[in-house]
Amino acid sequence: MDHFQEKKIPIIKIGSYLIVSIQVDMHDKLALQLQSQILEEIEKTGAKGVLIDISVLEMVDSFIGRMLSGMASMASIMDAAVVIVGMQPAVAITLVELGLEMPGVDTALNMERGMELLERRMASINDD
Amino acid sequence: MQAFEYDSDWTELGVYPVKTENDIVRVRQMARQYAKNFRMGIVEQTRITTAVSELLRNMYQYANGGEVTINQGYVEEHNALIFTFEDQGPGIENLDLAMSDGYTSGGGMGYGLPGAKRLVDSFEIRTETNTGTLIRLMKWK
Ligand SMILES: Nc1ncnc2c1ncn2[C@@H]1O[C@H](COP(=O)(O)OP(=O)(O)OP(=O)(O)O)[C@@H](O)[C@H]1O
Ligand SMILES: [Mg+2]
Repeated sequence: MDHFQEKKIPIIKIGSYLIVSIQVDMHDKLALQLQSQILEEIEKTGAKGVLIDISVLEMVDSFIGRMLSGMASMASIMDAAVVIVGMQPAVAITLVELGLEMPGVDTALNMERGMELLERRMASINDD
Repeated sequence: MQAFEYDSDWTELGVYPVKTENDIVRVRQMARQYAKNFRMGIVEQTRITTAVSELLRNMYQYANGGEVTINQGYVEEHNALIFTFEDQGPGIENLDLAMSDGYTSGGGMGYGLPGAKRLVDSFEIRTETNTGTLIRLMKWK
């Protein structure tokens, strides 16, 4: 079971964005570890946006939901926007029924759309 | 507190101890696998997996673990997957409060119990202070 604990989720930096692709069903500690890892990376790199691909995640329960929205609000304090990419429709439906709203969390259909969303956000920030 | 009954016609698919965080992941994956084998649709699979995950975590967080039994059987003409959660934790003092949206005693969001109830076809809960909590979920095919 230890291989579970040691598997770290890689964070890739492209331009001013961080890209994270969650490929495993995360146990709680791994989810929390990912949260702090991403926040540290934002701080270290000054990234302005984070794209988190959850397209292979088969469920988001209240714990993972809380981790994602907590991360989004902490990131926004650090001036970075978080976009959740590729949430499966079944996962989205279940989240709503569960009653979880994830305030401050933007979602996009795929990486490309997520990227566009971040670009638009940056542009509107630079405008005013 | 009265234990849940098991119909003698039901098939026991497995009994799983829940002691660690990894057990939460393992058992919710089992739940999905059974739902898949049961030929439930993807949304139904996701609903049952998520409900199971919520109850497993509660068991782990508040009752120091417990045990889950998974059965398949007929309940009032429905072909059902049946999940029975059993812990010997502190019990839930105010059940009405615990079942209401947004109530948490532990810094959660308080959607685990009421949310799980919305995601399944049948939800029963029995709890007694200092004895433990029993929860049974069913999902029809
Ligand atoms: N197995 C249990 N044993 C003892 N108390 C429990 C158990 N399950 C739930 N509770 C109590 O019921 C409350 C509500 O549970 P619920 O799952 O709805 O919310 P939560 O766990 O606090 O937050 P969330 O699930 O959103 O993270 C808990 O805060 C806890 O006090
Ligand atoms: Mg809970």
